[in-house]
Amino acid sequence: MTVESIVFYLFAALTVLGAVGVITVRNAVQAVLCLVLTFFSAAVLWMLLEAEFLAVTLVLVYVGAVMVLFLFVVMMLDVDYASLKSGFTRYLPLGILVALALFGAIYWVIRSEVLGEMPEPAKHSAEYSNVTVLGKLLYTEYFYAFEVAGVILLVAIVAAISLTFRGRRDRRGQSVPVQHQASREERLRVVSMESGPRQDAHLRKETDVKSKRKRKTKTKAKKKGDEA
Amino acid sequence: MLDIIIDFFIIGTKIGLILLPLILAVAYTTYAERKIIGYMQMRVGPNRVGPKGWLQPIADVIKLLMKEVVVPSGANKGLFLLAPILFIAPSFAAWAVIPFDAELVLANSDVGLLYILAMTSIAVYGVIIAGWASNSKYALIGSLRSASQIISYEIAMGFALVGVLMASGSMNLGQIVQGQEGGFWHWYWIPLLPLLVIYWISGVAETNRAPFDLPEGESEIVAGFHVEYAGISFALFFLAEYANMILISVLTALFFFGGWLNPFQGIPFVEDITGWVPGMAWLLLKAGFFLFLMIWLRATFPRYRYDQIMRLGWKVFIPVTVVWLMILTFMIKAGVGPWFSGRGVF
Repeated sequence: MTVESIVFYLFAALTVLGAVGVITVRNAVQAVLCLVLTFFSAAVLWMLLEAEFLAVTLVLVYVGAVMVLFLFVVMMLDVDYASLKSGFTRYLPLGILVALALFGAIYWVIRSEVLGEMPEPAKHSAEYSNVTVLGKLLYTEYFYAFEVAGVILLVAIVAAISLTFRGRRDRRGQSVPVQHQASREERLRVVSMESGPRQDAHLRKETDVKSKRKRKTKTKAKKKGDEA
Repeated sequence: MLDIIIDFFIIGTKIGLILLPLILAVAYTTYAERKIIGYMQMRVGPNRVGPKGWLQPIADVIKLLMKEVVVPSGANKGLFLLAPILFIAPSFAAWAVIPFDAELVLANSDVGLLYILAMTSIAVYGVIIAGWASNSKYALIGSLRSASQIISYEIAMGFALVGVLMASGSMNLGQIVQGQEGGFWHWYWIPLLPLLVIYWISGVAETNRAPFDLPEGESEIVAGFHVEYAGISFALFFLAEYANMILISVLTALFFFGGWLNPFQGIPFVEDITGWVPGMAWLLLKAGFFLFLMIWLRATFPRYRYDQIMRLGWKVFIPVTVVWLMILTFMIKAGVGPWFSGRGVF
């Protein structure tokens, strides 16, 4: 029993547990979190295979971005869980059939001889860097496939935006570029006021200490012109 | 079996040696923040507990530990208590790959940079779950804001780090620092200046700090995603926020300001008299500067409006990073300056 095998069995169990949780828990938010757990423990399993680049990318892309958006949507939905379960018995036979067919297909692919005793994956030396090896392969041997994948992703992004962006123009949003163009001239008017005694000067109470102090030092005639 | 236990013990000790000072640093960052903002606003800040208020963070911790953890009615209890743990775990885990000196690193990983990005990106689950499990409108609004904000700024942050990656040719944090060897003018902050600015501002936005503190928004949604939390569960959110602040500051020092390297390298006389300073001291000094900057930002700027935040992230930062990555490509291929000499092809 090495440390690796302890970690492997722990996280393999967590992966399966999470996957079972996705389809059995009642609440949709909890189901999404179970899926996150599955991804995360799968990433740990990849890490054990010394595929650290793939493992970290799995966490970064799927756990850190895709599932967050998923959770975002599920959280906002108001799902009636009772109505979701209504057709359960009716579709159960079909479900079992599909599950059996899928299991059979998987079993047929990974024959019985593979399912028996599995050799432990070969360890690499300390200098082995998964990132370097992957990068060299991707940018030399599989360069065109890599570029094509990139272009497909770009097309998918543009398509997704153009499909979902309705371009509503009647909403009440502030347009920041327009706000930036506002200049002082159109917002602010500097008015030069004629100085002189206020029309209501005799009605105002003189409570301000500062103005009282001023009054002492200034002459009576000038006091009238003061702001009071 | 015995050597496994010894291994675990050694690794555990190393983790403790990183985490305990970190938690202490977090406690005194809160003190520093209150003091600095206090002086910036012409107040004195906390000055009652201990000499000059030095024991204030300890008093705060004891107070938070003694308080009752209230679970609101209608809340999803399990997830409600899980959320603070999910928030704080990644912000501590990210410290595993941080090199404090040339040889002083817990996990010398070749995907260190990606690992940091992955860890900071999964911290958002804590926020989202906290908001959802609280069964409160304000908390939900706060967590939705936080999720969209963190995802938006993560892209700009990732692009800025692509620049670092291109400049250093490695994702290993130690090698990124070693690529900047040679003194103040050899660090990456000059060729990557726009990326540094974008990384720094995105970092502030990622940690939900002012002026990007919409997820909390005390004046509109009370305290956002952690409005229902009290006592130790609130303290964990608080702890994680400050741990993230320190992390972002340390990362900025590592990526753009030569990490543990002496800034006077290559200057004949000064280099010799500062030679005794340990690398970790330089790193902490640089990180401390950025930490101060973060607190300064909070004291200076008013909160952004939501649409302004989204515009800044998507329409300003991402295009600027893409353009600068192209310029950087030419700079590297032309072997510009002391940074990329020897890598030019022209």
